[in-house]
Amino acid sequence: MRVSVEYQALAPIIILLAAGVLSVLVEAFINRTLRRPIQLMLVLASIVLAFAYVVINATADLTGDIVANGGQVKGLRQLAAGGAIAIDGPGMVIQGIILLVSLVATLLLAERQIDPQGDAFAARASTLPGSEDERQFTSQGWLQTEIWPLYLFCVGGLLLFPVANDFLTMFVALEVFSLPLYLIASMARRRRLLSQEAALKYFILGAFSSAFFLFGAALIYAATSSVNFSTVAVAMENASLDGLIIPGIGMIAVGLLFKVGAVPFHQWVPDVYQGSPTPLTAFMSAATKVAAFGALLRVFYVAFGGMRWDWRPMMWVVAVLSMVIGSLLAVTQTDMKRMLAFSSVAHTGFILLGVISTSAAGLSSTLFYLLAYGFTSVGVFAIVGLVRDASGEATHLSQWAGLGKKSPLMASIFALFLLALAGIPLTSGFTGKFAVFTAAVDGGATPLVIVAVVASAVAAFFYARVIVLMFFTEPPVDGPSVVVPSAFTTIAIGTSAAFTLLLGLAPQPVLELVINAGLFIR
Amino acid sequence: MLLTTLMLIPLVGAVVVFLLPSVKEALAKQIALGFSLATLVASVLMVLGLDNSSGGLQHVESYDWIPAFGISWTLGVNGISASLIVMSAILVPVAIIAGWWDAESSSQGTVKGYFALILVLEVFIIGVFAANDLFLFYVFFEAMLFPIYFLIGRFGGPQRAYAAMKFLLYSLVGGLFMLAALIGLYVVSSRQLGQGTFDFQTLTTLSIAPGTQKMLFLGFFFAFAVKAPMVPFHTWLPDAAAEATPATSTLLVGVLDKVGTFAMLHFLLPIFPEASKYYAPAIIVLSVISIFYGALLAIGQSDVMRLVAFTSISHFGFIVLGIFVMTSQGLSGSSFYMVNHGFSTGALFLALGFLVSRRGSKRIADFGGVQKIAPILTGVFLLSGLSGLALPGMSTFVSEFLVLTGAYAVNPTATIIATFGIVLAAVYILWLYQRMMTGIPSKEVEETVTEISKRELVAVAPLLAILIVLGFVPQVALNVINPAVEQVQTYVGVTDPEASVSMEGSGS
Repeated sequence: MRVSVEYQALAPIIILLAAGVLSVLVEAFINRTLRRPIQLMLVLASIVLAFAYVVINATADLTGDIVANGGQVKGLRQLAAGGAIAIDGPGMVIQGIILLVSLVATLLLAERQIDPQGDAFAARASTLPGSEDERQFTSQGWLQTEIWPLYLFCVGGLLLFPVANDFLTMFVALEVFSLPLYLIASMARRRRLLSQEAALKYFILGAFSSAFFLFGAALIYAATSSVNFSTVAVAMENASLDGLIIPGIGMIAVGLLFKVGAVPFHQWVPDVYQGSPTPLTAFMSAATKVAAFGALLRVFYVAFGGMRWDWRPMMWVVAVLSMVIGSLLAVTQTDMKRMLAFSSVAHTGFILLGVISTSAAGLSSTLFYLLAYGFTSVGVFAIVGLVRDASGEATHLSQWAGLGKKSPLMASIFALFLLALAGIPLTSGFTGKFAVFTAAVDGGATPLVIVAVVASAVAAFFYARVIVLMFFTEPPVDGPSVVVPSAFTTIAIGTSAAFTLLLGLAPQPVLELVINAGLFIR
Repeated sequence: MLLTTLMLIPLVGAVVVFLLPSVKEALAKQIALGFSLATLVASVLMVLGLDNSSGGLQHVESYDWIPAFGISWTLGVNGISASLIVMSAILVPVAIIAGWWDAESSSQGTVKGYFALILVLEVFIIGVFAANDLFLFYVFFEAMLFPIYFLIGRFGGPQRAYAAMKFLLYSLVGGLFMLAALIGLYVVSSRQLGQGTFDFQTLTTLSIAPGTQKMLFLGFFFAFAVKAPMVPFHTWLPDAAAEATPATSTLLVGVLDKVGTFAMLHFLLPIFPEASKYYAPAIIVLSVISIFYGALLAIGQSDVMRLVAFTSISHFGFIVLGIFVMTSQGLSGSSFYMVNHGFSTGALFLALGFLVSRRGSKRIADFGGVQKIAPILTGVFLLSGLSGLALPGMSTFVSEFLVLTGAYAVNPTATIIATFGIVLAAVYILWLYQRMMTGIPSKEVEETVTEISKRELVAVAPLLAILIVLGFVPQVALNVINPAVEQVQTYVGVTDPEASVSMEGSGS
């Protein structure tokens, strides 16, 4: 079979992966002192270029499909690479979100002013933690530039993941973005043992979940003779092989729910979020989650859409568990990063409400939530990285006491992010929650919304507790301080805060965007 | 544009105050006072511009906000909301004057921050009373919490962090249930009308299935009952009111809590008439419990601020009682009660706040014999206390009387029981007066307590004057309120049970 390649449609993915290859060459051939600026330019340029292509593809006036509200769907809607990839409205919105939050996260990864020793990554990842080698490399000011090619491959994989239209392509994409993440997660400059432990845990559990995904795909193939979503969807309508299909759906769900960090597949989340270099945590909590939800949406809307009565009960349970356990465990945390990790688990539960709705409103509200959550999450971890004492980041909650007095501006912005995570009106988080809850009630999931509301109330407690600490408590004598970052981090935090406010005050344009994105193509 | 302008004035004031350099403390206070007075003038103009022959919404303005969800910036007032806005606009400058030196002693916040927060609070207060899009109302309802949260948490007493947190969590939990109900209502409206809406007047035209109506009603009612607060959702109020500065408590109890009862009257009855009637008996029982429980606990308090907080819980019982009997006297009595209670409780909080700040203690036992040292301050306290126990001649008497008359026609048993609440009110106020003001002053009292200052008198005198004037000419307020009350009755589809009392006598 001759496979045609639609370069225009695939341009964003190709750009990132090609930049990754180029970046490896830079590592090989360019002088060490020049590598960092060149790599950084390469990363920024490729992300911007890819985003430009997403915009071009999304606004191209090609098709004449009519959406429900009478408007015209703009932009590409086509199967590419022989049906292995589907470029459509929701897919491009997700690609756009991934690229935007990656752009912001790149700024955080590039920051080298907040740690006096260099950037957030180990000077030489190959040195033993605490060894003489490590000390020498650190004191000589080595910076590891290998993270950049890894990062580019990772973003490339993330872009492919939500538009993959068959299980094998999706699996490849999953590995392409996961492997670099496992590596970068192990490279924190401070608390390296914690970082390496987190990475190992992430890798083992991740590999395990990938195996589940692959086995599920095999079962689906056995039942429907295809891995292509469109073909699977059609075949499932006629097939009666529930003995293969139901376990297949379940196993694929395990693989995807692991990536989004839903209970009971969330065990890695707190450890990895805590141990990873904070800029990477910011990236993972936003971009990876967005991409994984994109894939989850496509699989469950397109391939398993006809089976929704079979998988919905399972998803209900997962959503309830994620919301309840995420919120409850976050209350018990004493470490800021772990608390935010559990909060991210709870948010996964909220987003699942949109997935469960399997309606146009469910899809568009999920997309909106992902954009809103992505920016808030990047912003929140960006500020976590700024609160430091002599030994590095001060992530214990008690160390945050009185920060509102020491650094009112940063504390206020952090409070804004927390309020957005708590879903307080006039922030993006509220609009997102409102959209998702509305879709869920409309889709008949009112009990889930009640659970979500109770979970939100619990969640409000631990967010408000941080505000109490920052604003109503006296700072400890030897407490940490808020480091003044370079322009990189400042821009990243500013952008996140602006989006958080804007999507709360005037969400209409973005709501129109996600509604007009239409549905997935088959 | 009138109502939006009314909100813009304090907003601009807040921004100006906030942008001042921290050292210009006196200027910050003066500017804040200026803007709050300007808001007061504008709000009085607004209420004078009302057409009292109509009970519908007036000064209506509507702009699209988030059309994707049918959300609009719809403001409008009727007699009830307009009079509550004026009450708030009076209380804010009063609170600013009374709290002139509150912020200096705070280790956390700045002076300009304190006054900017009060002005921000005023913006949301006006918004919450004027909003006639339910989503917009919800946004203000929640947003309002945060200025208060910071006012308590940064400027309050020793237990301020705990009190602020408790206040916030109670309110947020209530608010979230309201959110769930709000979403349910939206979905119902989108199924009936094709396009979902939050517009209050459109929502009153829906015919919601009884089962759904009851569920949604409970969601909203829970939020409003926490806000009001009614027993058993009241425990946040004594902590918050005791830890906040007296000026904050005045705004918290005097204005914010009214949002709960106001919303029951303004939104719950018209949108869910059937469910309101269905639950009314249960709510009336709850309100009678509130009246008694609040009064009894007030009698038992040893902390003056907590005492006033509990008296308010008792008063909110009366207000809710008046609302859910749904007679015209009950409804207009409750509406008028809300206005009076703002002034009366405000005056009590301020008078006691003046004493507490002098003595440095909130314990009743630490006072005694104040009237010998500070007769005017004692007089101020007595007047505000008498308004709290609804003495004839004070406006609170008119409203309490109206509520009880209105309630008797519908539920005589509950009314007779509730009437004993008035006796308890006399106990808690007069006994408080006896313990604090009469007797021989102790050495500490003699050393610390001084006569009321001019600033303090300027703050509290207008409140007392209003209470007395409205006590003699309540028609000024009732003329504004009554058309709106009739409108509510039309929405619910109830009429007064006319001559139900004389029915037995006529033997028909």
